[in-house]
Amino acid sequence: MDIVVCIKQVPETTEVRINPETNTLIREGVKSIINPFDMYAIEEAVRLKEKYGGKTTVITMGPPQADAALREAVSLGIDEAVLVSDRAFAGSDTWATSYTLSCAIKKIGSYDLIICGKQASDGDTAQVGPGISTHLDIPQVTYVKKIEEIKDSTARVERMTEEGFEIIKTPLPALLTVVKEINTPRMPSLKAMMRAKQIKISHWTASDIEASPENIGLTGSPTQVVKIFTPAPREGGQMLQGEPQEIAQKLTELLKGELG
Amino acid sequence: MPIQVIIEKCTGCTLCVKVCPFDAIRIMDKKAVIDLNKCNLCGACVDACKFKAIRLEKPQGPKEKKDLSRYKGVWVFAEQKKGKVQSVVYELLGKARELAAVLATDVSAILIGDRLEEEIQELIWRGADKVYVVEKRELANYLDEPYTNIIVELIKKHKPEIVLCGATSIGRSLISRVAIKIYCGLTADCTGLAIDPEKKLLLQTRPAFGGNIMATIISPNYRPQMATVRHKVFAESQSDMKRKGKVIRESFDGRLLESRTALLDIIEEVESTVNLAEADIIVSGGRGMAAPENFKLLEELAKVLGGAVGSSRAAVDAGWMPYSHQVGQTGRTVSPKIYIACGISGQIQHLVGMQSSKIIIAINKDPDAPIFKVATYGIVGDVFQILPLLTKKFKEVLKK
Repeated sequence: MDIVVCIKQVPETTEVRINPETNTLIREGVKSIINPFDMYAIEEAVRLKEKYGGKTTVITMGPPQADAALREAVSLGIDEAVLVSDRAFAGSDTWATSYTLSCAIKKIGSYDLIICGKQASDGDTAQVGPGISTHLDIPQVTYVKKIEEIKDSTARVERMTEEGFEIIKTPLPALLTVVKEINTPRMPSLKAMMRAKQIKISHWTASDIEASPENIGLTGSPTQVVKIFTPAPREGGQMLQGEPQEIAQKLTELLKGELG
Repeated sequence: MPIQVIIEKCTGCTLCVKVCPFDAIRIMDKKAVIDLNKCNLCGACVDACKFKAIRLEKPQGPKEKKDLSRYKGVWVFAEQKKGKVQSVVYELLGKARELAAVLATDVSAILIGDRLEEEIQELIWRGADKVYVVEKRELANYLDEPYTNIIVELIKKHKPEIVLCGATSIGRSLISRVAIKIYCGLTADCTGLAIDPEKKLLLQTRPAFGGNIMATIISPNYRPQMATVRHKVFAESQSDMKRKGKVIRESFDGRLLESRTALLDIIEEVESTVNLAEADIIVSGGRGMAAPENFKLLEELAKVLGGAVGSSRAAVDAGWMPYSHQVGQTGRTVSPKIYIACGISGQIQHLVGMQSSKIIIAINKDPDAPIFKVATYGIVGDVFQILPLLTKKFKEVLKK
């Protein structure tokens, strides 16, 4: 069972602070972490390997500093790591990103499963996972909350929906995107942490993965950002003062008209 | 280099440093220096620079120029489950009508499934000029591959200018595949859609980097221009039984309908019947509720008001409430008439999921909690004191 896990390094958004003067994000001093949803993808891959054997490879597309995210994945039990990095990738939208990752996965060669987090916490698009499976022409199951069974090159999984879940059978190789209900990620082991420090991470450029130049970076991206702006903050309203009794009375009167 | 600082023009004023969402610009020797490893080429600095000192080369577009003028019409994917069109579709139809009016074109709904007769009529009443219908028994339930193939074929044949789709678990999986196959732009979770008056392009606005910055995105050289929108972002169009429309039946066979994955079973969970997204009133609790048993106070108030109980991520992570109740960036986006936030500090991630509510009431001990910035009515105080009083008062009022 050979598994590829795709991860993304993102800013730790729970720590995001706003500059009150400019009303923009303060990025300085914000830690970079592995996209929280990808932690479940890593854990699931490691568990599957423990159960079925095989090899796990983690892959990310990003700047050189994404090296840290890959090492963290290794400290959590992943076997090998690949950094796909090239200035030519800058400005990639989800089309170009999923194309680039699919080229890199083709270079990895054989795999039974590709696992991604359901979406990245900074972009929230949930488009790159399905994009990769489409480029590779393999089946996909999104929002997987449980892998029930893998047998005879077929996986039976539970896919979360708005109302509950579906049970889906897919032949392998396939791509799964996973939700946080699927497992509880482990802490890094001391041994794996040592390995993570020393491991040689493969660095692949656009030409290494034989990506076609017109399909990557800004050039390969159908979407363009034309404007970035800070939304007008919602007007704060009225503070209700007084004793709890009075406040409850006031609020009830204010809302009476809204209740059918 | 795709982005460049023109040294002679740069004054080192730091305007660009402040707007860069990626912290990629530094001032060195009184000149801006862009760290290309961090830069995402978004262009925020170009717009901010008063001295035109930053140059960004935008891409040229696809090699083979498509004749974009042949693409006409606004399409809405009419997602159905168990034969019922989902309400997000009616929200999209309302917006599609606005866009089509500016473009002087028509609105079509794409309906795939089995036995959908009544739904076809409703789609017309709700704003579709045309409904493309693909009915077949094996298409009754959503499957990634056949649905993708059908939409790709329909787009190739009829060439719509814009395609809108709900950002649901089905929509996001489906339309991402379609965008790759067609090679066109797709913008997720738009909160604003408009037409550029000059170039007639679809302006797709969405929160970026957690919602504090908005980005407007276009796809000038590719068609169709595609966007997904979350449930409850736009208002539903009303049903007008006088509206007339055309029904166009399309049929597909063979390889296009093949699916490598198989749907074995659909399980509905009672717990998710809270259906937060549909509730008109939501009473929500966060870390300030202190313990799981205190959520009873919220349930009591919600019951009196006929609403649902929501939760912040903190309360879900603490194990006090199931994930299906979570409101925010990683939970549900809600837009009720009344949102009552109890003991929720108001992290950005929570605010992006509820700030379009009509009336927001915040109850919190901490007068500096960010939730008060978005609240219509703010109460600094003890939730455990105030909640039971509110429940009692509303009970009295609603009886009368």
